[in-house]
Amino acid sequence: MPNFRNLGILLRILIIVDGICLAAALLKTTEPLTLVEELIDVSAVVQPILILSLLVLAAASDWLHRLRYWHAIAALIVLELALTTAVYFFNLYMLGAAGSLVRYCVFTLLMTGVLIGYFDLRGRALSPALTEARLQALQARIRPHFLFNSINAVLSLMRQEPRRAEQALEDLADLFRVLMADNRQLTPVAREVDLAKQYLSIEELRLGERLRVEWDVAHMPVDALIPPLVLQPLLENAVYHGIEPRTEPGTINIRISREGDGIHLNLRNPYRPDGKHHAGNRMALANIRERLALHFDAEAGIKTIATDDTYEVRIVIPYMKAGA
Amino acid sequence: MAAEPALRVLIVDDEAPARNRLRDLLADCALKMPLELAGEAANGRQALDMLPACEADVVLLDIRMPEIDGIEVAQHIQKLDDPPAVIFTTAYDAYALKAFEVHAIDYLLKPIRLGRLSEALARARSVAPLRLDVLREMKPDARSHLSVNERGRIHLIPIGEIVFLKAELKYVTVRTAAREFLLEESLSRLEQEFSARFVRIHRNCLVAKEAIRGFERATDPDGEGHWVVVLNGVAEKLDVSRRQQHIVRELGRIL
Repeated sequence: MPNFRNLGILLRILIIVDGICLAAALLKTTEPLTLVEELIDVSAVVQPILILSLLVLAAASDWLHRLRYWHAIAALIVLELALTTAVYFFNLYMLGAAGSLVRYCVFTLLMTGVLIGYFDLRGRALSPALTEARLQALQARIRPHFLFNSINAVLSLMRQEPRRAEQALEDLADLFRVLMADNRQLTPVAREVDLAKQYLSIEELRLGERLRVEWDVAHMPVDALIPPLVLQPLLENAVYHGIEPRTEPGTINIRISREGDGIHLNLRNPYRPDGKHHAGNRMALANIRERLALHFDAEAGIKTIATDDTYEVRIVIPYMKAGA
Repeated sequence: MAAEPALRVLIVDDEAPARNRLRDLLADCALKMPLELAGEAANGRQALDMLPACEADVVLLDIRMPEIDGIEVAQHIQKLDDPPAVIFTTAYDAYALKAFEVHAIDYLLKPIRLGRLSEALARARSVAPLRLDVLREMKPDARSHLSVNERGRIHLIPIGEIVFLKAELKYVTVRTAAREFLLEESLSRLEQEFSARFVRIHRNCLVAKEAIRGFERATDPDGEGHWVVVLNGVAEKLDVSRRQQHIVRELGRIL
């Protein structure tokens, strides 16, 4: 159901209806002078109905949107017929203009049908594109903070430990290859884990002893498919909010397992609730939540649990095998 | 013309690779101008401990550090008798950078370029000292510590350890369970900054809400009664003024 308060939609309706009127008038005559007369005649009937319809639809837009699609279509048709009848009787008594009510109604029904068909097709054409565009826009973004600090860390290695610098640059390249790739397709969970490990090795370069990581992936189904870049942004958050604000070392725990039909990803980091630095975290979580919804609708879930000194993210994704 | 004495530089950054990088760059700069490494600190507390003894002329100060961030460290540094020049270093901090530009505070973006570093060091001796009000504006949230200058050293007092703050003539007395300090700041500014943690019980006194064990009635010499605060960790009882009596009801811990 189109949004009848949108100026573009209103304009489309006006152009289509008037275009059809013009076409009808052109069929009846070729004489320019009589063409204008024909148009005036047709307009006298059509324009009041059209303008009134647009006003009423704009007013009833919210109500129509609350109905199911077919109910809304039915309501729309009833509304249009009622308006046409009203305009017909107004014309009959006030202006004395004649013609048959059936002709008025059939005309309105045809126009309404054409418009409904048009908007239905248009909606179909647009919506997958919208989903794609949203997925594209939701591609994980890396914190600039991480990028510049990492480059700085690599620079610091160049003179004393060129080999480690090489390795770090390779890891960084791999990470950015994935970040910049088209990430709309699902990826095997094992690949996501490899990527997460590369990311963490770059962070270890900077943070050294302060960053400790415990992986519990012995029971991970390696062939399970998950949306790419679910783990890495969460780890980035864990480092940023959990490890960097501490002087003493902290541990990030990651557990991936299969329970029944679901893949469970749990990630826990130390955390001091001080009410600061939350915006970035919420953004990453909202991003992942929306991507999960686009891929799995209601079948996937993400929730966060904050205690006095830990922060945990739990994700459940339906188990899908690669190649299945 | 006598040779200028070497510029002594203290590096403060919580990331070891970042400190290494700065050390390398300083070594390069030292080929062109007289420079000495005064020391390296891995956090703000260490830096403040080292500063009085290491006689640094310049501090290269990272902004994002655990516990006490660079902006707050700079605020505490200003308590020193002869504070060194501060050059901030940061990887990315849009908010701080804007403030630096506005107030012409020197900063270096990581990864730091040799040329930029040597330029900044060359003019370090002549830059105007940092202004406290500007630093406060850049970091509007409350400090994590108060600082006092004791015999040339900066003593940091964690906000969580403060039981009460009491204004006397020129100073504010800061009372912790262990001891007291004299602070040269205004009580009303402290009240504003730490309003989440402290409550005013008297025109001249703020008490940490957490430290309040409860309230008791005390009798004045003239026979009138008033409320006093009984504290955790400190034996002294503090008077609640008539005007602030409503807090007794609000906090509701009558003994």
